[in-house]
Amino acid sequence: MISPFNIYMIGVGGQGIGLLSETLLRAADYAGYEVIGVDTHGLAQRGGTVSSHLRLGKEAKSPLIKPGNADLVIALERYEAHRALIEYSKIGSILVYYDAVWQPLNVRLQKDKLLKEESLVRIAMLKKVSLKKVYVEDLSDSRMQNVAILSFLNRNQIIEKITQNDYLKAMYDILPEHIVEKNIKLFESTL
Amino acid sequence: MKDLSVVLSSDKINSEILMGNYVIVRAMLEAGVNVVTSYPGSPTPEIADAISLIKDKYDDFYFEFSVNEKVATEVAFGASVNGYLSCVFFKSVGLNVAADSFVQLSLLELIGGMVIILGDDPGANSSQNEQDNRHYARLSYMPIFEPSNPAELYPMFKEACRKSQEMKMPVIFRLSTHICHAKQRISFDKYTRILKDKVSKFRPENGPYIPITSSVFPMKRKALQKLSQFALYSENSRFNYVVDNNSEYGIITSGLTYLSVEDFLHNQKNKPDILKLGITYPLPEQMICKYLKKHKFIKILEELDDFHEQLIKTIAFNNKISTTILGKQEIEDRIGEYSPDKVESILLNTWPDLFNCSPKYSIEKIENPIPRPAQLCPGCGHRSAFYAIKQALQKDDISVADIGCHTLGFLPPYNLGQALLSMGHSNGTAAGLSIFNDERKVVSFLGDSTFYHAGIPGIINAVYNNHKHTLIILENGTTAMTGHQEHPATGKNFNSDTQKIPLRNVLEGIGVKSIREIDTYAQSKLTQAVKDAMAEDNFSVVIAKHPCMLKFVRSVRRAKKALPKPVVIIAKCNKKYKCISEFACPSYQIDENGQVWVQTDLCIGDGSCKQTCPSDAIESQKIGDNND
Repeated sequence: MISPFNIYMIGVGGQGIGLLSETLLRAADYAGYEVIGVDTHGLAQRGGTVSSHLRLGKEAKSPLIKPGNADLVIALERYEAHRALIEYSKIGSILVYYDAVWQPLNVRLQKDKLLKEESLVRIAMLKKVSLKKVYVEDLSDSRMQNVAILSFLNRNQIIEKITQNDYLKAMYDILPEHIVEKNIKLFESTL
Repeated sequence: MKDLSVVLSSDKINSEILMGNYVIVRAMLEAGVNVVTSYPGSPTPEIADAISLIKDKYDDFYFEFSVNEKVATEVAFGASVNGYLSCVFFKSVGLNVAADSFVQLSLLELIGGMVIILGDDPGANSSQNEQDNRHYARLSYMPIFEPSNPAELYPMFKEACRKSQEMKMPVIFRLSTHICHAKQRISFDKYTRILKDKVSKFRPENGPYIPITSSVFPMKRKALQKLSQFALYSENSRFNYVVDNNSEYGIITSGLTYLSVEDFLHNQKNKPDILKLGITYPLPEQMICKYLKKHKFIKILEELDDFHEQLIKTIAFNNKISTTILGKQEIEDRIGEYSPDKVESILLNTWPDLFNCSPKYSIEKIENPIPRPAQLCPGCGHRSAFYAIKQALQKDDISVADIGCHTLGFLPPYNLGQALLSMGHSNGTAAGLSIFNDERKVVSFLGDSTFYHAGIPGIINAVYNNHKHTLIILENGTTAMTGHQEHPATGKNFNSDTQKIPLRNVLEGIGVKSIREIDTYAQSKLTQAVKDAMAEDNFSVVIAKHPCMLKFVRSVRRAKKALPKPVVIIAKCNKKYKCISEFACPSYQIDENGQVWVQTDLCIGDGSCKQTCPSDAIESQKIGDNND
C-alpha cells in the first residue's frame, strides 16, 4: 500500500463522523499502522460540513491531508461526497459514500440545483475514482450510517491489513455500553 | 468502552491514542498542577472534558469554568501567588478579554508557577478572527512554548510548568486548532504525584504585588531580566533544534507549520535544513546567528504574522549577517492556516529552482461543490425566535449580532444580526447605532452565557445613559456552541449544584424597567412582544427563551426515552414554501418536482414549524417507539 495512505472523511455535523474517524484510527492502530489524524469541527458542528483526516504510515507528519491527495474518501452524505470527490480525491483513488441526502441551504431555497447520482459518477470517471455507494434500506437508526460504512470497508477489505477483529476491537474501545450490541450486530451483518 | 480516566491517571508506563487536549491533562497531573481555570471556547474545551474524567481522583486538583477569561486568569493568578501551580486555558480571542489582568502577570512573583494555555485559531475555524497571539508575549514579557503535535506537547508542557515554577514567572503554552485536536499514540512515562500540602503561602513580602507609580519600574526591570534569562535557557533547550540536511538553504519554522514542511520535503531531492523552534519567544539569539551564518538563503516560514521575521531580521542586522532572509512575500502569506498545501505553494514560490513541482491534483476545474454553511439545529428555539422577530422588524431597522449559536441568524433566510465585534459587544454597539438616529430602530441580540461573560456592562450602560434600543436575550439555558457547559443561571457549576443567578433578577437589579419573557415557540406572541418593546421610548429587554434542543434530544436518547415522531406533510400542501424559505428548518427538503419532503434523519418532531404553514399542511404523528 502507498505510504502514507491518506483517508479523508466528510459528512454533515450530527452524522457521527467523530465515531467513524475514531474507530478507523484505532482499527488502523490495532492493525499495526502508525497513525495520525484530526477532526475538524468548531462552528461546523451546527449542521455544516465536518471532515476528518486520517493518515497511515510513518511518513505522515502533519495530520492534515493536502487537497487532491486522498487515497480513500469516505463520505456520509451525497452532497459531501460530491465536495470531497472534487476537492480531495486523488486521481485513481477510491470513494465510499453513504447515500444519505441532507440538502444544503441553497438547494432547499432552490438557489442551487439538486445533486443527482449521475453527477458523482461523471466526476468519478473524470478523476478515475472508483465510486462505491452504501445504502441500507431499512436502517433502524440514521445515526448508525457510519457503522454501515465501517461494515462495508471491512467486507470489501478497502484498507489493507485492517482485519475484522481490528475493527471490532476499535468499536468496543469507543462505543458506550448501551449501543455496542446493536452497532456490532449491524457491523457483522451482510449488507 | 475504554475508560480513559484510567489511562490519564495511571502512574505506570502506558500508551494510548489521544488528542492534544487530552494529552495536556495527563501532563498537568505529572507536572503537579493544582488549580486549573477556563472559560469555554474552541479549540480548547475538550481539556475540560478530560479533566472531568480525573478530577475526583485527586484531592489536590481543582478546576472551574469561571465566568469569563479575565476572571479565570485572576483565579489562576490568585492560586499561583498562594503557592499552587496553576493553569488557565481559553481560546485565541479569550486573551483579549483576559488581557487587562494578563499583561500584569510578568511583573509579579508567581511563586507557585502559572501556565497560560492559548488555543489560537489560524484559519478562523471557529473564531471571529485569526489573531496571532505571539504579539501578546512580546507586549507582556512572557515566554512561549509551542509544540507541533500531541507527542511533542506531552514533554513540552511538563517543561513549561517546571520553568514557570523555577523562575516564578508566567509562561504561555501556545496551541492551535489542529494541534489541540490532532490524535496520535502517546507513550506516557511513569510518575509519582506528590500530594500538595494545602498551606496558604501568600505573603506580600514575596512580591511586591502592588504595581503602582514608581514601584512599577523595579518590577518591570525584574520581568525583563527574567525574560533575558529565559532567552539564555532557550539557547540550550531540546525543543529548539536543527534538522541537518547539509544544505545551503535553511528554513526557520515552528508548530504545525513544521509538520507541513516535513510533509513537503518527503518527496523532494533537495532538502533545506530546518531550524525548528519549540520556544518561539524569546528567540535563542546565538543559535539563530549560527544558523544564519551557516546558510546562504533563509526562509522564515511562520503562520499568520511576520513575528519571527522581524525579530530574526533584527538579530541579523545587529550581528552584521548578510545572509538573504526571506519572510512574508505577499499579503496572502499572512492569511490562513499553514496546511501542507499552503506551505507547498509558498516554498515553490520562494525557491522555484530548488524543488520539483508535484503534479497538480485537478485535471481541470470540474465544477464547484455546493456550499453548506453551518445552521441552527432542527427544533432550535433560536429558529422560532428569528422567524418571529423578523416579522416584528421594519426593513430598515438595524439588528446587532453577538457571539453564540444565535450568530447564525445572520445567514439567509433570517438575515438578522448585521454587525459583530466580540462577546457581549451588542449593547454597546446598539447604543452607538441609536445615537443621532431617530429613523431606524435598533435591536441587539445576546446569549445567556454571554450575558454573564461580558454582556452586563453594556446593559448597565444602556440604563445609565438612557439608550433606547431593544435587547433580545436568546436564552437556551446552556453554553451551547462550545459543548453545553453550565453557566451562572443553570444552578450548576463544573463541580456541583450551586445557587442560580437568574437573568431576570440581574436585569431588575440593574434597573431595567421593561422586561418581557416569552417562549420562542410561541411565535406570534414573540412577534408582538418585540413590536411592543421596540415601540417604547426607553431601553427594553425581551427574553426569548427555549431550552437548547440539541441538549434536550441528547438527554432523551441517553435516558432511552422516545422522541416524538417526525412531522408529516399532508396533501393540503400547496407549495407556499414558508417552511423552507422563511422558517428554514433543515429537515424540510425539496424534490425535483418542487414537492417538500421531511428528512426523517433530522426532524425531532418538535412541531415548532407547524404554525408557519399557511395551509396547515404540517402534522405531528403520535409518540413513536423507542428510537435508540
